[in-house]
Amino acid sequence: MTSPVVTVPDRSATAPAGASRTAPRLRGPRRRHTPGRPRRSVLLTVLTGLVLLYSLVPLAWLVISATKSQEGLARSFGLWFDGDFALWDNIAETFTYDDGVFTRWLLNTLLYVVVGAGGATFLAVLGGYALAKFDFPGRRAVFAVVIGAVAVPGTALAVPTFLMFSNMGLTNTPWAVIIPSLISPFGLYLMWVFASEAIPAELMEAARIDGAGEARTFFQVALPLLAPGIVTVLLFTMVATWNNYFLPLIMIKDPDWYPLTLGLNSWNAQAQTAGGEPVFHLVVTGSLITILPLIAAFLLLQKYWQSGLAAGSVKE
Amino acid sequence: MTTLQPPAAAEPRPAPPPARRDRRSWTGWGFLGPFVAVFALVFLAPIAYSLYLSLFRDQLIGGTTFVGFDNYQQAFQDDRFWAALGRVSLFLLVQVPVMLGIALLVALALDSGRLYGRDFFRISVFLPYAVPAVVATLMWGFMYGTRFGLVGDINDALGISLPAPLSPGLMLASLGNIVTWEFVGYNMLIFYSALRVIPHSLYEAAEIDGAGQIRVITAIKLPAIRGALVIATIFSVIGSFQLFNEPSILRPLAPNAITTDYTPNLYTYSLSFNGQQHNYSATVAIVMGLITMVIAYVVQLRGMRKGV
Repeated sequence: MTSPVVTVPDRSATAPAGASRTAPRLRGPRRRHTPGRPRRSVLLTVLTGLVLLYSLVPLAWLVISATKSQEGLARSFGLWFDGDFALWDNIAETFTYDDGVFTRWLLNTLLYVVVGAGGATFLAVLGGYALAKFDFPGRRAVFAVVIGAVAVPGTALAVPTFLMFSNMGLTNTPWAVIIPSLISPFGLYLMWVFASEAIPAELMEAARIDGAGEARTFFQVALPLLAPGIVTVLLFTMVATWNNYFLPLIMIKDPDWYPLTLGLNSWNAQAQTAGGEPVFHLVVTGSLITILPLIAAFLLLQKYWQSGLAAGSVKE
Repeated sequence: MTTLQPPAAAEPRPAPPPARRDRRSWTGWGFLGPFVAVFALVFLAPIAYSLYLSLFRDQLIGGTTFVGFDNYQQAFQDDRFWAALGRVSLFLLVQVPVMLGIALLVALALDSGRLYGRDFFRISVFLPYAVPAVVATLMWGFMYGTRFGLVGDINDALGISLPAPLSPGLMLASLGNIVTWEFVGYNMLIFYSALRVIPHSLYEAAEIDGAGQIRVITAIKLPAIRGALVIATIFSVIGSFQLFNEPSILRPLAPNAITTDYTPNLYTYSLSFNGQQHNYSATVAIVMGLITMVIAYVVQLRGMRKGV
């Protein structure tokens, strides 16, 4: 994000109250979101820095701890490195421990994310487009029901969903995790708002006059315009499926179908069981490997999802 | 707390009307149909099934019998349920204001334009949202440790004895800290996005009137993002009532502090998957769902009613 375009530095906005100001300046072509160009404040930066530290210190702890061996974790100070640097050994051991089950969990997670989050985004884009650009019987009712359902607690759904899926023979299969992941009410809402703003009705009319069918109008005219919204919804559904814990916890008993979250938790719990070998260094390293892809995705795609979120809040 | 939170969903407002009324047809269903079909399977059917289950009881003798509202009566007299509800209510009364307060202050600080390195602040504070609850809880669980964790290190280094975060007395606060860490950046971003779309003309008017920064915040910024504040509150309330992942993952580290009925969700989970009491578990979940919806509704009414 670039700094706002301001031609005349305006000091009066930060001047003490009572300082008189001259006539309002001409506005630049770009809308700025803060009055004038306030002076940067060291004090405010330091105060906000406390929240920044709070957010980053645990992550720093994780990175530092991932470089330590099992013994190093116990004997060294948490926020500083131990004598021997074991990061590469830890990574290698994470992927090979227990016949490489971590790799299996990683692939499972990828499967759930690609099919679950991808499918959820696709359904949300289709549905949001329909709500924004078509008038049809039951349109309002659908939205009211979807939003009302968000307030229903996850566990209220979990038990009956588990029993239903169990009767259908779906538990302990990837479908049990993927199918419930396909619904994202937030995604539907965001795409609805986004599609209302991003697709001019005239453009759709023009496509229809040119003889394009509904499917073609959607894929060739609407879809490209929805890109920032799609990236936003995709990122947030990815977070939801990548980080999912409760759903696989009840649906999956077979460790071969665990996602990373369940797998890491089982490694951690291993130390508490009788005769279990503590593998905290692997839990820590595995945790680091688990969070890296999402953090990378958020950092690399910043421009897209931030504009997508901003569009979502226009309607509030 | 993995549910995605619609930033502005509580007030379904009409979208701009479609271009022409005569397009009113069933075409839209072609696009919305797939979503609604899956939604019916994973939301509506389980809710209906849950209601059905709650009217029956599975007994060793006599099998499954229809018992009417007996399960509900049992739930209303269930001390373990009410204790769990009281616990999450206390949690929500303290944690939600703290989290949203910090999120709002950071959002206002970012929006004021007075920070050095604003973009770095924004993305860094948001990053914990990308960390799974499992990893966040394991991480904090390690750090909380008084023997090998960070708390223990600090005790050793300074020769002091900090209170143990995993002890029963501090457990709720320790959980609150984990949840705050996970979601403060997310809420900050919602507030910040809402602040960014405030029309600039309002600020100019305030400048002409000689309003100071504090006045601009209380008179313009806060009323303008009321919607975002209400939504964030509602979804934090829902999240608190659904508290499950963090206590469930922390439980092996602190079995004495976190009981199997620590939160309503843990209670329904253990009823169902450890106790095989599916019918009663469904009932407790429904009661909890109703309480959640009523409170979310009240928050929305109160939040939206106050004048600007």
